[in-house]
Amino acid sequence: MTLWFVFALMTVAAIFAVLWPLSRGSSAQAGGSEAVVYKDQLAEIDRDVAAGLIGLSEAEAARVEIGRRLLAAADGERNQPARANLGLRRASAVVALVGLPIAAVTFYLALGSPRLGDFPLASRTRMADASQPLENMVAQVEAHLEQNPTDGRGWTVLAPVLARLGRFDEAVRAYRNVIQHAGDSAERRSDLGEALVTSAGGVVTAEAKGEFERAVAQDADDPRASYFLGLAAEQDGRKADAAAIWRAMLSKAPADVPWRPLIEAALTRVGAPVAPALSDDAMAAARDMNEADRGTMIRGMVDRLAARLKQDGSDVEGWLRLVRAYMVMGERDKATSARTEARQAVAGDAERLRQLNEGLKNLGLDG
Amino acid sequence: MIAEAGHYALVLALALALIQSTVPMLGARWGDPALMNVARSTALAQLLFVAVSFTALVMLHVASDFSVVNVFENSHSMKPLLYKITGVWGNHEGSMLLWVLILALFGGLVAAFGNNLPLSLRAHVLAVQGWIAAAFYLFILVTSNPFLRIASPPIEGRDLNPVLQDIGLAVHPPMLYLGYVGFSISFSFAIAALIEGRIDAAWARWVRPWTLVAWIFLTLGIAMGSYWAYYELGWGGWWFWDPVENASLMPWLAGTALLHSAVVMEKRNALKVWTILLSILVFSLSLLGTFLVRSGVLTSVHAFATDPSRGVFILLILCLFIGGSLALYAWRASALKQGGLFAPVSREGALVLNNLFLTSACATVFIGTLYPLALEVLTGDKISVGAPFFNLTFGPLFVPLLVAMPFAPLLAWKRGDLLGAAQRLTAAGIAALVAIAVLFAWTHGGATLAPLAIGLAIFVIGGALSDLAERTALFRVPLATAMARARGLPRAAWGTAFAHAGIGVALIGIVCETTWNSEYIGTMKPRDVASVAGYQLKLDEITQRQGPNFREMIAQFTVALDGETLQVMMPSKRNFTTRDSSTTEAALLTRGASQLYVSLGDTNAEGAIAVRIYHKPLVLLIWWGPVLMAFGGLLSLSDRRLRVGAPKPAKAARALQPAE
Repeated sequence: MTLWFVFALMTVAAIFAVLWPLSRGSSAQAGGSEAVVYKDQLAEIDRDVAAGLIGLSEAEAARVEIGRRLLAAADGERNQPARANLGLRRASAVVALVGLPIAAVTFYLALGSPRLGDFPLASRTRMADASQPLENMVAQVEAHLEQNPTDGRGWTVLAPVLARLGRFDEAVRAYRNVIQHAGDSAERRSDLGEALVTSAGGVVTAEAKGEFERAVAQDADDPRASYFLGLAAEQDGRKADAAAIWRAMLSKAPADVPWRPLIEAALTRVGAPVAPALSDDAMAAARDMNEADRGTMIRGMVDRLAARLKQDGSDVEGWLRLVRAYMVMGERDKATSARTEARQAVAGDAERLRQLNEGLKNLGLDG
Repeated sequence: MIAEAGHYALVLALALALIQSTVPMLGARWGDPALMNVARSTALAQLLFVAVSFTALVMLHVASDFSVVNVFENSHSMKPLLYKITGVWGNHEGSMLLWVLILALFGGLVAAFGNNLPLSLRAHVLAVQGWIAAAFYLFILVTSNPFLRIASPPIEGRDLNPVLQDIGLAVHPPMLYLGYVGFSISFSFAIAALIEGRIDAAWARWVRPWTLVAWIFLTLGIAMGSYWAYYELGWGGWWFWDPVENASLMPWLAGTALLHSAVVMEKRNALKVWTILLSILVFSLSLLGTFLVRSGVLTSVHAFATDPSRGVFILLILCLFIGGSLALYAWRASALKQGGLFAPVSREGALVLNNLFLTSACATVFIGTLYPLALEVLTGDKISVGAPFFNLTFGPLFVPLLVAMPFAPLLAWKRGDLLGAAQRLTAAGIAALVAIAVLFAWTHGGATLAPLAIGLAIFVIGGALSDLAERTALFRVPLATAMARARGLPRAAWGTAFAHAGIGVALIGIVCETTWNSEYIGTMKPRDVASVAGYQLKLDEITQRQGPNFREMIAQFTVALDGETLQVMMPSKRNFTTRDSSTTEAALLTRGASQLYVSLGDTNAEGAIAVRIYHKPLVLLIWWGPVLMAFGGLLSLSDRRLRVGAPKPAKAARALQPAE
């Protein structure tokens, strides 16, 4: 309500600015005139002569010249009588009283958001923690790290959250900071490597491979690093090398390690053009299940994803995950049809379409 | 509420500008003083509302209200308060709002202090200001609205470009805009004169203070921008013939020409039509400059296409105002009465020469800046027109201008005596020749052009001093009399001398910096020593520091000259996490007018750091020159006297000089 009161006050001030001069119109002409300037110039010459700055003959010549201008100016002024034009004044007053407020309010309502209040930062940070979305908490941690960039623990907390939010590039930077400030370890190198792989859409880049190699150098038995090194070999087309790495993992590991089925699946899969990685979440969830349950769980997740994308097709990452999942499950037909649906869903947005096509290319499913 | 109040105030300003642009015109047409006076109160009210709007945006930035898109995109809660405020105009939308604020400010000043103007002239001037203002309010509200909101505001902003987080942003854009927009007043006066079909010496008297104010601010703004680029970009360059810089140089050149031709008009009632044309051109170039920079056309032609609505709107405004005013000029200029006559060798003649050279120089810059753009649009070829083109075209135009400059103030109005002027410049000429000879002997085998250019600069400065000596009759009358005459001298004469000497001073700086600049570029480890131009710089240590919204790597250098320690220099490199970018903060050591300049590059794996060290002799003169020029302008502005161009009689006694 205050807002509309302020608006009304401002509008009244604006109208007043137009009406005020109209109301006092009958007063005599208040403006200056050219003649004044020339009279001043004549006086100036007299002063200059008195001060000895110019000679008498020069002054006389200048006076003649200015005198001519003065006459011309006086002529010009005489044929401009002031007269009141009541019709125009009334029209102007009506425009100011009616037209101005209507135009201003219409124009403002088309552009402004009068229902939105202020959101100064100071009052917002005092909000209860539980009601804040994850992004806000991330922002707070980021702000804290901006001040204390060497806080390794902070980076350790932030990095996986960023990865979960899909901000992979930032996750990569955060993991780098973890290693720099909280110390190096095989596990952290693998984390960094995995973030690099995810941000590259599932491709084990040379940079990611380097990280996994550093992880293996510190702990030869780090399963994640070994798995991704195998994947790198597979993506390079060295399937024999990949199989050798994975077989070595299986032979060294105890029989009940949770990732054994994944590696076995990978081993049987060698032969497909590109094998995408299964995400960490799925691995963790699938850890405690038997073969059949796991299959059901994965299928359920994939179906849910597919259903969600049918409703809102703008999520490029989601589409890529779906296509990747179908390919992992060996259902290439479904993968191809998902690709077609995805392209239709994002066809209106050139940037998203580009991202999608790039991702599909990485999966080996372009065309 | 603050955002919405600011938004509504801007809309009201638009409504008032529309009234201001029509009602006073009708009033002037029908001769009704009440209608004409509407211009005055609406201009003042408009200023009030734009000021409210601008203040609202500043408050939003200070309070970090990220529900406003403009604040979210260009601010950050951790930014120091000063940069929260300067960040208001560090982006497109905010800077356009500053632009209209200054436009409204000038309009308000004319309304408040224009009592000496004839009523109809003032009404016309303010109406034209109203047209300009209305076009820009519409542009801001429709395509670059700073008050657009986000319904669910993010918790943190994207931060301001780190290069702009500098005190330079607080000073440079407002100054430049005061200059650009200040020329809108002379434009409005010119259009008003064309509409009324009447123009005379009084017109020039009324326009003088506005043109001078704009020129002073533009001069300082350009110099400030150049110094900012010099210390912030880390390369030690101060002028790059960059299109953005050229965009500000063009109105300056044309504005300088206008300043001089308006003098002729005020004193001799001549060059009227040309002065009108110059007024139109100067503001057109200002508009062009503002928009070349603001629309993103310059960085890439394609940035124009990505936001078609903004680009098209800009083009429309440009076409409307430049095309419209030139058409009006073509239609009405013939109706204006021609002014007085003068001989080719006279003060007027010299000022015409000045105008010729300045406008040609302006034209070369115009071609060099716009030709690549036009070529890219038409053929898709990308060419870059850089320093060689400008040095080859701009230089030869400026040399004769500088040679002729000392003569002009010594010539009399209407018909001058070139020989006499030359005689009075003997001392300056001798000083210049001595300087050239000494420099040749001192640098023997070095650059040939540099001593000649410095000789020219000395001649220019000497010429300005000779003019003063001549007017005060120094050395010919007793010292006390000369002092008395100096006090009685119009301040405009002092202003001319200072401004002309400023050009010479800047020229010395430019020549010295480009010719005798020495540098060291290499990698250094702690305890390494680099020596440049006799100075030894020892890298003591490299430390890290945390700033409010950045991390900083500081290198500490101890500077010694001939084994004697002078000072510690601390250049640094700042990393801004939010924008994931970095800036270099060069360290400067000033010795007289010379500077030692250290800036840092990247660190390599062995802990060594890339370092650029420059010794720049007399570099500060480059900016002292413009400051002198602006001071001269200020002196001239403070001269409230009327100017009379008394023609010199055929046989004048030598002691009698023309009055100002």
